[in-house]
Amino acid sequence: MNLISPSSTTSLSQSSERSLSLQRVSIHLGGREIIHDVSAEINKGEFIGILGPNGAGKSTLMKAILGLCPFRKGIIQFFGKPPGQANTFIGYMPQAQSISEQTSLSARSLVAAVHQGEHWGIPWPSSARQAAVHRALELAGALSYADRSFSILSGGEKKRVMLAQAVIDEPKMLILDEPLASLDPKNQKHLVDCIANIKKKTAATILFIAHDANPLLGVMDRVMYMAGGKARLGKVDEVISSQSLSELYGIPIHVTKSEGRLFIVNAESNIAEAACCH
Amino acid sequence: MTCLFTYLTYDFVRNALFAGSIVALLGAVIGYFVILRNVGFAAHALAHIGFTGATGAALFGLTPLSGMLLISCIAGSLMGISGNKLQRSELAIGMVLSVSLGLGTLFLSLYRGYAGETSSILFGNIFGIAPSQLYEIFLLAACSLGAISICSRRLLFASLQPDLAAARGISLTLHAILFMLLLAVSVTLASQVVGTLLVFTLIVGPAGIAMRLTRSFWTGILCSIFLGLITVWSGILLACATNWPPSFWISSILFFLYLCTSIFLKP
Repeated sequence: MNLISPSSTTSLSQSSERSLSLQRVSIHLGGREIIHDVSAEINKGEFIGILGPNGAGKSTLMKAILGLCPFRKGIIQFFGKPPGQANTFIGYMPQAQSISEQTSLSARSLVAAVHQGEHWGIPWPSSARQAAVHRALELAGALSYADRSFSILSGGEKKRVMLAQAVIDEPKMLILDEPLASLDPKNQKHLVDCIANIKKKTAATILFIAHDANPLLGVMDRVMYMAGGKARLGKVDEVISSQSLSELYGIPIHVTKSEGRLFIVNAESNIAEAACCH
Repeated sequence: MTCLFTYLTYDFVRNALFAGSIVALLGAVIGYFVILRNVGFAAHALAHIGFTGATGAALFGLTPLSGMLLISCIAGSLMGISGNKLQRSELAIGMVLSVSLGLGTLFLSLYRGYAGETSSILFGNIFGIAPSQLYEIFLLAACSLGAISICSRRLLFASLQPDLAAARGISLTLHAILFMLLLAVSVTLASQVVGTLLVFTLIVGPAGIAMRLTRSFWTGILCSIFLGLITVWSGILLACATNWPPSFWISSILFFLYLCTSIFLKP
């Protein structure tokens, strides 16, 4: 398989080392171009932070990778296959909580219900399933409240349960859509540490969509910054720099570093924000 | 106790118990998924839409069962097409429900049939079930339970974590249509026992109470089946003893159980 990408900065590798390859992908939704000419090569086992303002097309791009959103131009290869044909490799944690608020089911049964959920037949209880559920809950750090009813858990605990659902079938790629949204800084750090640990233990590729780069500093291998339908993939220092972001946004942007945190400043309006959106 | 056994010597009581058990079993299983998917109103509406099918069937010379089955399957698949948005489309369901009930009244007035039949469609007539109907009910229920068994794992996944299921390549719309078709069959069968007006009790009642009492899928399903069977059996026997309608007893017992769980269970 030929996977030569014009924008690839890394040396030419075997296709077997790629988990995801995007070549000049454009996506149109409702007559509007959401993603314009995006290329990226992501290796197996990488932790990629996907950053950018709301409406930059982060979730749309993820949907295209999952095969849930048709794209007009370009090639997407997911573990060497077109989107939609290797979906059992995926663990996905949605942004919105899709589990019903009123459910009285325990976290453990909610995770068990997902185990090999794409198979046919009756989900008989088995020791293999119990072991898989235990392992997933342990990875997500949700063991201590696994037998409580989901409806009485806190927001952070619910996210852990959804994370356990995402990792139970040992996915090769974990796609996390804004898992840090609406968490306090302490819980944000715990969740990021937990996901870094999952990466270490399972060697899964991780696509972590986030609003703010700072909680992911030191944890992510590379960053994909998206703005205005365009994307730039590279090392954090290369991508989140004044020059790079100014090109991406098309307006002068200053990136400053203070006490280990990144701040992005719109040079025209002088509004400083932690490295996130405008 | 002796009088209990006397009732069992009557054919119509045995038929009623047999039909009631089948419907309670199917209703308890499907009902559990109804609660998981949060589509109680759609289940309720399907039963009422079935009324139109039953009255229309009389007009076109079909049996009420086939008329109800036909119309609720059509309505069910239409509801299924709206997929997981079904919980939020109450207005659409309500509108379809009222127009079909309106149509039902029209059919009724055109038919000018025997009014007693209307009452048995609305409130059920479990003691009037003929052996031939028993066979139909058994066959339909067996097919439905078979279909649920085949797709229960996927259905559970798609019901509990739809976004992840879609990401893993499960078609949510396809499973929603499949589920609504199964629900249409169950609702039709349940209305043979308790009537179209009271289907909600038998489909949603046991499963809803079971859901409050349990924390896991299997205990929930088993509890739901247990409650369904106990309710239907005691409803039928109490009806024999008191000469009051079984539909009254079944709905009252379930309401009593619901009340107990509401009072004694702290959320």
